[in-house]
Amino acid sequence: MLDPLLEEKIRDQIRANKVLIYMKGTPEMPQCGFSYATVRVFDSLGFPYAAVNVLEDPEIRQGIKEFSNWPTIPQVYIDGEFVGGCDIVQEMHSRNELRPLLEAAFAGTAVQS
Amino acid sequence: MITPEQLRLRLINQLQALHVQVEDESHRHAGHRRDPLGAGGHYRVEIVSPLFVGKTTLQQHRLVYEALAEQMGSSIHALALQTYSPEQWTGSGSLPSSASIELEATTD
Repeated sequence: MLDPLLEEKIRDQIRANKVLIYMKGTPEMPQCGFSYATVRVFDSLGFPYAAVNVLEDPEIRQGIKEFSNWPTIPQVYIDGEFVGGCDIVQEMHSRNELRPLLEAAFAGTAVQS
Repeated sequence: MITPEQLRLRLINQLQALHVQVEDESHRHAGHRRDPLGAGGHYRVEIVSPLFVGKTTLQQHRLVYEALAEQMGSSIHALALQTYSPEQWTGSGSLPSSASIELEATTD
């Protein structure tokens, strides 16, 4: 069972960011090819995103897998919804499905990128 | 450890898959920093299953992860997934009937 405090912490992170990527490393220095590929997709779309480096937080690293019921990192949340991992993000991007999702998420907010 | 063939048979059995192709990409990550939580292999898997019909990619991937729940994080460190329902499948070659696949899976 996921510790309630940890669960609340994750919930707060997801709520506080329109786009949140749980990844290994940072967007500037990804530590894994899948995390690298995921942030590059979002970089190319030009919408702002936040990232959590799970390598710096063992609790989050394990907890996010339970929270999302998803066994791998990276994990992407858009507007509070779990979107998927690297493969899904790349697939959605290639089908031009990601941009509309981001546009909807940021609708009504001034986007600066 | 799990061999690509064991992985393939497991997916055929668990997901009634009509086509499974497994590529072991572990060698491409041989120099990558050892992960203390999982020293397992890296695999790229392409799966066609009738269980994927009407499901989103997210749901399809969840089914694969459920089928491999024991292996994820132990013998499997990373899994790149391409999932298709039989209608979505655009790969080369026709799909075998499920009967012949079953025979193949049980001869092991």
